[in-house]
Amino acid sequence: MTETPLWSVLVLPVVLAVITVGTIAFDAVLAARAAGAVGAPSQVATAPLREVARLLVTQRRTTVTADGVLWRVGVLTVPVAALLAALVLPLGGAAVADLDVGVVWFNAMEILAWAAVWTAGWGPNAPLSLVGGYRFVAQGLAYELPHMFALITAATAAGTLRVGGIVEAQSGVWFVVWMPVAFVVYLLSAMAMAFWGPFDAPVGRDLAGGAAGELSGVDRLVFLGGRWLLLVVAAAMAVPLFLGGSHGPVLPPWLWTLVKTAAVLAGLVWLARRFPTVRMERFAEFAWVVLVPLTVLQALVVSVAVLAW
Amino acid sequence: MVTTVLFWVFGVAAVVFGFLVFRLDSMAQVTFALLASFLCVAAEVLLLGLGYLGLVIVLMMVMEMVIMAVFMIMYMMNPAGLMPMAMYHNKAGAMSISVGTFVVLGAGIFLVDWPERAGGPPAEPTVALGTALMGPQMLTMMTLGLVLFATIVATVMLSTQRGRYDRFGDDLRARRPEDPVPGGVGPQRTEMRGPR
Repeated sequence: MTETPLWSVLVLPVVLAVITVGTIAFDAVLAARAAGAVGAPSQVATAPLREVARLLVTQRRTTVTADGVLWRVGVLTVPVAALLAALVLPLGGAAVADLDVGVVWFNAMEILAWAAVWTAGWGPNAPLSLVGGYRFVAQGLAYELPHMFALITAATAAGTLRVGGIVEAQSGVWFVVWMPVAFVVYLLSAMAMAFWGPFDAPVGRDLAGGAAGELSGVDRLVFLGGRWLLLVVAAAMAVPLFLGGSHGPVLPPWLWTLVKTAAVLAGLVWLARRFPTVRMERFAEFAWVVLVPLTVLQALVVSVAVLAW
Repeated sequence: MVTTVLFWVFGVAAVVFGFLVFRLDSMAQVTFALLASFLCVAAEVLLLGLGYLGLVIVLMMVMEMVIMAVFMIMYMMNPAGLMPMAMYHNKAGAMSISVGTFVVLGAGIFLVDWPERAGGPPAEPTVALGTALMGPQMLTMMTLGLVLFATIVATVMLSTQRGRYDRFGDDLRARRPEDPVPGGVGPQRTEMRGPR
């Protein structure tokens, strides 16, 4: 791991923003195709950017006796948590901060989203958005334990909590090869964390938008943009954890990281369009009865393998 | 220099947020003021060079406070905790106890004859702390952990009204669980099942 130059602090948000816009555009194209391809591809792909412009000039809606402080704090925390979690992402061999306890940092920062979505749902003093916030807490309780076991499994195999160290440990075999369960569970919980795809019940249509239902204008842009950013960061983290990070032949390391991240993101966005929203109580039961034992078993296998070799 | 300034900033912020817990009148705001106070404490731990401990405090406290907010608002005596409320009871007594404790502890800092530092910090402070705390008692702690966990599982098993036989039939053959509320939660429907 090389010494990180200071300018990487400025580069990281730009890179993440570009990837995020790309992901949103890809999703818009998929949505248009599912709807029967209305409009030219270029027009469809730039639709999210026009939406951004619209949100920037839309007037904010207010509700009666809203809890303004918690509402704003919650909305703002979503992108901030995603950015902070991204600090340990090794973009082609150099993270902004390759902390000794990078995996724990990543997990602690993404957990901030729990508080963020709940307060964003609580803030406007509206029932549907509050239900959305509660749904996210229920979902979080169900995905967090398998998620932690998946993270721990990768860290155990590498013998370090440093993300750079986990990448180095995969110079031979990628972790996805011998810990497929942890990888799949990680991807599932990455989607759940960004309340995306089958796990979008907290902002579900049946709740008229749920936690995001009362948001308008800049607030809406920050909250939903932050949600996309969460998805991008969580998907990008799958690359150093399980997919060998920057390792790969021919291409330069940074390009490998980018290619793998794009592949994971494309997969998640495509998958999300293939599956309907999972009901909260079904996901909770599935997570506790199936995912937790499976990930514990996976961690056991990896631990025994590490001890044996 | 920067570290010292940050230490004071987070220290003062932790006290201010802690004080706000007793000044704010909304259950949700109180909970998150307490969370903010804990996060400031976590920042102090990080400044002490204990990376793992500091981050675990962040992780645990955010989860804990969100769950606490949910439960406290659910079970508060006023509907959904939405009416203005106060976190203190027995105002005069509580105030004198807390101010008294603060004064005693604060005075202790200046009165105690602190020892001079001998040697430098270890390379891995978290490992050193863990060894110092747990070292010779590791086996005891692991046994204790296992017993505690078994107790939790056994207690839940004994106290739950609906087990797998209620859900999947006496021979556990039912393909779909019979649940009053989907997801394996909810009360037992004795009137539907007849004598056992």
